[in-house]
Amino acid sequence: MLEIGVNHYLILSGLLFSIGFMGVLRRKNLLMLFFATEVMLNAVNIAFAAIGNYYGDLSGQMFAFFVIAVAASEVAVGLGLLILLYKKYGSLDLDVISSMKG
Amino acid sequence: MYESIAFYVFAISTTILFLITVMSKNVLYAMTALAAGMVMISGFFFLLGADFLGVVQLVVYVGAVMALYAFGMMFFDATKDIKEKHQNPALVFLLGGLMALVFVVMFSAPIIGDNIKAFYPVIEGVGNAQAVGMVLFTKYLVPFEVAGLLLLVAMIAGIILAGKKMDYSLTESEAADEEMKIEPNSIEIQKGDA
Amino acid sequence: MDMNMESLVYIALFAPFVGSMFAGLLFGNAPRTHLTGIVASILIFVAFLASATLAYHVATVGPVHVKMMDWITIGDLSIPFGFLVDQISVTMMVVVTLVSTIVHIYATGYMDHDKSYNRFFSYLSAFVFAMMILVMSDNFAGLFIGWEGVGVCSWLLVGFWYHKKDRPFEENPSISPSWAANEAFIMNRVADLGMLVGIFLIYWNIGSLQYDVVFEAMPNLADGILVSIAIALFIGAMGKSAQFPLHTWLTDAMEGPTPVSALIHAATMVTAGVFLVIRSNPLYSLDAVSGVSMFIAILGTFVAFYAASMALIARDIKRIVALSTLSQLGYMFAAAGLGAYWIALFHLAAHAFFKALLFLGAGNVMHAMDDELDIFKMGGLKTAMKASYWYMGIASFALAGLPFMAGFYSKDAIIETAFNEGTFIIWGMLVITAGMTAFYSFRQVFFSFHGEKRYEPLGFHPHDMYKYVLIAMAPLAILAVSFGWLMGYYKEFIYGLNESVQYEMSDHTHHLAIYLAALVVVIAIGAIFLAWKKYGGEGDKAWKRDEAFEQSFIYKLLENQYYVPKFYDEFIVKPYTITSAKFWEIDKAMVDGSVDKIGRACLKIGDTTRGMQNGNLSSYLNWMGLGALILVLVAAFSTITTESIVECLRAVAGKGE
Repeated sequence: MLEIGVNHYLILSGLLFSIGFMGVLRRKNLLMLFFATEVMLNAVNIAFAAIGNYYGDLSGQMFAFFVIAVAASEVAVGLGLLILLYKKYGSLDLDVISSMKG
Repeated sequence: MYESIAFYVFAISTTILFLITVMSKNVLYAMTALAAGMVMISGFFFLLGADFLGVVQLVVYVGAVMALYAFGMMFFDATKDIKEKHQNPALVFLLGGLMALVFVVMFSAPIIGDNIKAFYPVIEGVGNAQAVGMVLFTKYLVPFEVAGLLLLVAMIAGIILAGKKMDYSLTESEAADEEMKIEPNSIEIQKGDA
Repeated sequence: MDMNMESLVYIALFAPFVGSMFAGLLFGNAPRTHLTGIVASILIFVAFLASATLAYHVATVGPVHVKMMDWITIGDLSIPFGFLVDQISVTMMVVVTLVSTIVHIYATGYMDHDKSYNRFFSYLSAFVFAMMILVMSDNFAGLFIGWEGVGVCSWLLVGFWYHKKDRPFEENPSISPSWAANEAFIMNRVADLGMLVGIFLIYWNIGSLQYDVVFEAMPNLADGILVSIAIALFIGAMGKSAQFPLHTWLTDAMEGPTPVSALIHAATMVTAGVFLVIRSNPLYSLDAVSGVSMFIAILGTFVAFYAASMALIARDIKRIVALSTLSQLGYMFAAAGLGAYWIALFHLAAHAFFKALLFLGAGNVMHAMDDELDIFKMGGLKTAMKASYWYMGIASFALAGLPFMAGFYSKDAIIETAFNEGTFIIWGMLVITAGMTAFYSFRQVFFSFHGEKRYEPLGFHPHDMYKYVLIAMAPLAILAVSFGWLMGYYKEFIYGLNESVQYEMSDHTHHLAIYLAALVVVIAIGAIFLAWKKYGGEGDKAWKRDEAFEQSFIYKLLENQYYVPKFYDEFIVKPYTITSAKFWEIDKAMVDGSVDKIGRACLKIGDTTRGMQNGNLSSYLNWMGLGALILVLVAAFSTITTESIVECLRAVAGKGE
């Protein structure tokens, strides 16, 4: 129990991912949804680093790097879009900005 | 031993901080908790011997991304609590819980197949940053360049998307309204909010 | 074999095909034009010339065997597209192309006013092409292709006037061209199954379908297999050659245009069955299958008698001729069954000439009488149509087997064969049938051309055919008279093939031959005289309807064709219709039902899940989350194997310690 193995990291990663997942499910505010996705991305990064460490392979870290890069791009573009949306609707609530009528 | 203590401390604090991020009604709280959680995650990276990744996490995530969020937030009204209608919160918790359960069960089962060999093993006798650099600029050179390009594209896109008509006040100038093609009723909503 | 002969083989085979494609592809949708008829006729004539040259070559040099290409090669099965021109097939080729040429020329006049003129020639030439494949193929597979091609073309041609409605006949319940076409086709399918089984048996037991290989290997096969093959092949022959009990289609096929009837009866269809038996003579002359051969002879004799008896009272001019074909086919099978294959083939050829002439003459009569077929309504036509009268007379003389006509030599040889074999019952039946043949053929001649002009009150104005058509028929008339004179040469010609096709009368029969022939001739002349007495008179002696006789049992029996069609209708067609209706219900409930249910289920699922598409991104996100969860679950469960569970338990147990 005291010895920390890869399983501990993976379980932690899974838990954090689930927290992010829950956030994605319950959040209606787009900004908060972004936060939730960041949580999920970070959870995955932990898993990558842990597995890379476990196998003594640097690929895990490499993937984590790229995830971070992609996350940064996503934030840059996403925030721009959010600002445009806010300008248009004055709100970031998904219920308010839904324009399709099903 | 210290490693274990560190792991549990980090794990508990990350979980709590992220829960705050996901649950909080206040944007500022959520963001602060997220930034703090990311700092904690960089701690895991240090524990796992990925020093360079930990630093990147701190610099890029906590430094750049969170700063970006903070700046982005200036466009929005961050002082008020966010009101969200939750139709069936129980279902959300059920699904999230189920997901967590599945992961825990999956990962707590012993890992099968120790015979997987490392493609790019950790290089002995060099520091982590050095080793990462060697792999990143040899085997992962093309993805690295592509990632650089991606960041460039994202930067330009961010500037163009957010920078449009920055010099107009959204609420004061009628001309801006017309140019932005804001429909009258959406302004109503905006005014009502304010 | 030189290239010259090989190309002649292809010309003989493909000229009709080119004619068919010319009429069908180039002028299929064009308004009727004589060009199609003329080109098709010329091409068939070219095929005839090629066949005749080949016949000369076969007689002087020997058979021609060509392999055009590999056709089917799968595993051990190898069926090349090969053609064999030997004494048997070249006889058929010459007969088929000659009769077809004349029928084609005849049809240019006969079908003159039909708006589907081009279509007719396209089918007619295709019919000849199919028959050429049938007779020329050097293997059973090619034969079967031609066999089926003939079936299809006969279906197309008998049902040529498919738009005609069912109409009631005095003799027939109610038939239409399309009905008759279907009957012919379906009845032939029944027999073709037998044929196919025979071919499969040959392939399984010998591993080849080439004639030469098959017939060489046959003596080594077990008796049971040989008998099965012989029976199965003969069932196929029974269908095509309309032998009892698969004979009803032949008379109903009279619904087609008359040139088609001439072609079916003389050249391209019914002779195929006889050809098959003659072609398979090495099989049928084996001792092991002597029982089957005897059965063929007996069945042939029976059909000869049976058909002739129905012809005695038939009133439909084409039906009389059709029944006479049936009867003559019986003669051919009798000869083939008794082992006199070359005599059967000779009779086939002679019959083709006079039967074609008879049909074309009947077509002239029909043409003159505005498609009236009932001989009771004719009479005294000889003044109006002299040429047709002469043609019909010559053909009937040949059919009746009067001395020095074609039918005399060939039919007499068959009757002699029956005597020679010591099968006196067959001989007796055949002699009686010969008398009946003479009677009914002249009954028909006297009815239509002599006696009172019964058509006059009915308002007909008969006129003879076009001159060129009548001239074109002349070769048939010449052959109907003179073909028999060539019997000696023909015997010499065909003896070159092999031993099993040879047949000689014993000395004893030879001595009696003249008396036997005289007996048959006397009976035939007597029958003709009887017919003249009864139907040929004019004025006071004119024929009158005998109502009492028409009510008698025997008349009814013959009129209804021994109630065989009725039997088929009651015991096969009706139960089949009932079961089909039942199966249709089942089909509707099960097959259609299941398809409908699938459709309805899709509709229902779509209807229920439509609610998901509510336009709200948040709810979309929730659905996506659910999907992700499901995927994770699938991933989790797919990693669970028995090994992993064991491993897991071991790990837990290990920790417990």
